[in-house]
Amino acid sequence: MSLSPVEGVALAEIESPGDGDERREKEFVGRSPGQLAAARLRRDRTALVSGALLVFFVLVALAVPLIEALYGVGPKEQFQGRLDGYGMPLGYAGGVTGEHWFGLEPGLGRDIFIRMVHGLRTSLFIAFAAAVLTAVIGVTLGTLAGYLGGWLDTVINWITDLTLAMPFLIIALALMPTVALRFYGQREAVPAYFQIGVLIAIFALFGWTSTARLVRGQIIALREREFVEAARASGAGLGHMLFRQLLPNVWAPILVAFSLAVPQYITSEAALSFIGVGLTDETPSFGRMIYRSLDYLQTDPAYVFFPGITIFALVFAFNLFGDALRDALDPKSSR
Amino acid sequence: MTRFLIRRLLSAALTLFAVSVLSFLMFFALPRDPVSGMCPKNCNPERLERVRQELGLRDPLISQYAGYMKGIVTGRDLGSAQGGRCDAPCLGWSYVSNEAVSDTIARVLPVTLSIVIPAAILWLLLGVGLGMLSALRRGSWLDRAAIGFSLTGASLQLYFVGAVLLIVFVYNLRLLPVPSYTSLFDNPVKWSSGLVLAWVALAFLFSAIYARLSRAQMLETLSEDFVRTARAKGLAKRAVYGRHALRAAITPVVTIAGLDVGGALGGTVITETTFGLNGMGRTAVDAVRAGDLPTIMATVLIAAVFVVLANVVVDLLYAVIDPRVRLG
Amino acid sequence: MSAETEPLLSVRGLTKHFPVRDGLRAKGAVRAVDGLDFDVRPGETLGLVGESGCGKTTTGRMLVRLLEPTAGSITFAGRDITRAGRRDLRGLRQDLQIIFQDPYASLNPRHTVGRIVAMPLQVNGITPPGGVRKRVQELLELVGLNPEHYNRYPHEFSGGQRQRVGIARALALEPRLVVADEPVSALDVSIQAQVINLLRDLQRDLDLAFVFIAHDLAVIRHFCHRVAVMYLGRIVEIGDRDDIYRRPQHPYTRALLSAVPDVATLGPAGRIRLTGDVPTPLDPPSGCRFRTRCWKATDRCATEEPALVTRDGGNQLTACHHPESGPMEVSK
Repeated sequence: MSLSPVEGVALAEIESPGDGDERREKEFVGRSPGQLAAARLRRDRTALVSGALLVFFVLVALAVPLIEALYGVGPKEQFQGRLDGYGMPLGYAGGVTGEHWFGLEPGLGRDIFIRMVHGLRTSLFIAFAAAVLTAVIGVTLGTLAGYLGGWLDTVINWITDLTLAMPFLIIALALMPTVALRFYGQREAVPAYFQIGVLIAIFALFGWTSTARLVRGQIIALREREFVEAARASGAGLGHMLFRQLLPNVWAPILVAFSLAVPQYITSEAALSFIGVGLTDETPSFGRMIYRSLDYLQTDPAYVFFPGITIFALVFAFNLFGDALRDALDPKSSR
Repeated sequence: MTRFLIRRLLSAALTLFAVSVLSFLMFFALPRDPVSGMCPKNCNPERLERVRQELGLRDPLISQYAGYMKGIVTGRDLGSAQGGRCDAPCLGWSYVSNEAVSDTIARVLPVTLSIVIPAAILWLLLGVGLGMLSALRRGSWLDRAAIGFSLTGASLQLYFVGAVLLIVFVYNLRLLPVPSYTSLFDNPVKWSSGLVLAWVALAFLFSAIYARLSRAQMLETLSEDFVRTARAKGLAKRAVYGRHALRAAITPVVTIAGLDVGGALGGTVITETTFGLNGMGRTAVDAVRAGDLPTIMATVLIAAVFVVLANVVVDLLYAVIDPRVRLG
Repeated sequence: MSAETEPLLSVRGLTKHFPVRDGLRAKGAVRAVDGLDFDVRPGETLGLVGESGCGKTTTGRMLVRLLEPTAGSITFAGRDITRAGRRDLRGLRQDLQIIFQDPYASLNPRHTVGRIVAMPLQVNGITPPGGVRKRVQELLELVGLNPEHYNRYPHEFSGGQRQRVGIARALALEPRLVVADEPVSALDVSIQAQVINLLRDLQRDLDLAFVFIAHDLAVIRHFCHRVAVMYLGRIVEIGDRDDIYRRPQHPYTRALLSAVPDVATLGPAGRIRLTGDVPTPLDPPSGCRFRTRCWKATDRCATEEPALVTRDGGNQLTACHHPESGPMEVSK
């Protein structure tokens, strides 16, 4: 190999190509990996469309009182006058009119549109709250297990295996009323906020393990990287290692996991309500509406379509956005 | 291999033990009064007290648990009010349906098996086949259709798909009867015509997930060095993809499949509710509604057994597919 | 440099065994480093050479206490630091730093260059006069980077520039000894020369001591005062640079040198080709570890382990029963 002295070239090596004007404006401020990912996301058409759809859903959920005031119908109002003698809505497509955009429920005659708007709010609230809780627990335990290893790692791994072996739907199914019975009597009405709280808790209880496992794997892979060793060689403590060196490098998969957990919780909440253990009829919810619609598949098929298609669109948009986010954060994965 | 098997079975047994303790605590210790939900409509305090006595709820939790486990292994005597002698595997007595829980399970388990096994075969063949094909024909119309299919399918809800299938095939076209269960051994034609919609709905949703998963796995494998080396050496496409790539790509699919099939065998709650079939899932739901503790406990345990057993089977398959696993 | 100077770093019997397990049972140990003795004086550069897998990187990691030694002692500036805890290491960390091999893995991709270089100051709670930013910019300038690049991210730099960032980070605490673990082997040959020259300048200007780990004898020759040759976890020969390069005594050193074109001519002996693979450190050969590949091996080599001793009373120590004596046929 040649070792001819090439002093002076060292500084020349730094000059990166690019027009001078632009660089002077930017004043040597680099673009972080996060900023690069955001730029990629903005260029992705799927991400933009699904993102816009999600923003729309979230806005609707946030504006429920406003929508209700403008629409002029409450979720519990019954319009028996618009049902026929068998309790079926009059008119076409389940009683769709200018006043009742998505028609009326057979039997009780409540307005489907405003109940769905309320259901959307409940659904999104539960899903987001559960996803946040899951992420917090999963990231904390996963990081500790991955970085410290040892018995903590063994215990967390074992709990993860255990929760995977527990039939989630059936346990949740059995747990909901049990917990309710612990705090409320047999004949007492269980308030909606309590049911929502229990749902969120059950989701978090069963959901954190997958995030923990993901983060643990990432941390173990990072732990041996040289930049982590560099910090250790400089005498960094646990806090610095975790929060400055390791976690900033795993937020991308955490974000993707979060964005894909939300639709999962939407689905699970609907499923539990569908089975009849999540939310009761008092609280409007997609799952409950679809369950009720099963009795009317033959007589009022339109009833199942409005909540069915909405929940599909919601979950679809989340899944598409989650995928796009993954591609933007890890461009190699899609290539 | 034997040592691997023994170690795996031991850890499975340990998991099952933990599940049983946890669910026992959850259902018998957590409620304020486990009996209150179990007593039929008009029940007086004396009757409640008698039920409590008969169920042994006054005993310490440990001996309750020990009694329950003993019943599963050797059978136990439950007393005349609960049908007397209960043979192994004894899962207790249900006051709600007035029969031994094991009898209930024996009645409803075939329903769930009849739903899940054909559906699982369908979704694995369809999903993995589609995923592999679209990976090999990357960028073709088939690939794009498969991606669209799996994206849509992954976001659809079973009860909605089921409802649409019912509306179309049963109520409008009248091609199929209203879903119901007939034993395969009594009448295979009625068995399949009564369950085909459930199979299709389950297979549709699951194959979407499997197509996506196996496509991604296959693409990753195809880009790996050993596949490229094999191709570069001049091995035939069929030999490379069939023998080398498929084997590497299938392993993660097997893991997920084990969990899914195991989970589904424990009760396809939503499918059964949507199609009005009375399998393990429906039984669990009804038991929860009625507060029928012994039945709830039994369904949870059986579901866990299926998941754990499926995991063992997966690990064994793994060891066959990928010999390196045996060392770990 | 006089031999009487108190050594800055003194290593005795340094050993690292990695246990190998089969399930729960221990199945033996990989003897990565098996009893090293060497000293580094202040301002001196010691080169550690050997093939990959000979334990040189493990040694470097143990010196900066990223790995716990299995046995032996490390004395730094008169203090035994072999078992020092994190708290005791505080002061030591400042004096002993490491430069890593892979400039792509050694910089946190989420941090700006400024943050990376400031990290050692930050974790040790040091605020230099004039502020952290000023100090970091001085360091960047010192290693030949534009101080304006403070806010850039590692992915915006080339390999050579990244390695300069790694060097700046190692220098932030003004260490007295730097372990450089193959600092140039991941770089292009043309960039290697620049980085080596930078390290040499820094060594001269800051009076740094170096333990310079490399598998490349040419790089070592340009940079080191003394050289230690490692084989399978042992030092087989150690001595002043000129002695090692002109009069190598150990057959292994000769074989290594003969493979470097600008060191040896292809004279009558020509290039010495070593046959066979390096034996596994799980079960190293008895006696002399090099005997399985040595063309001079005798029965004695299999039974008796050669001690690392001087042949001529000088500074050159060799562990061999049949040392070479003549000079290497050197063209220059």
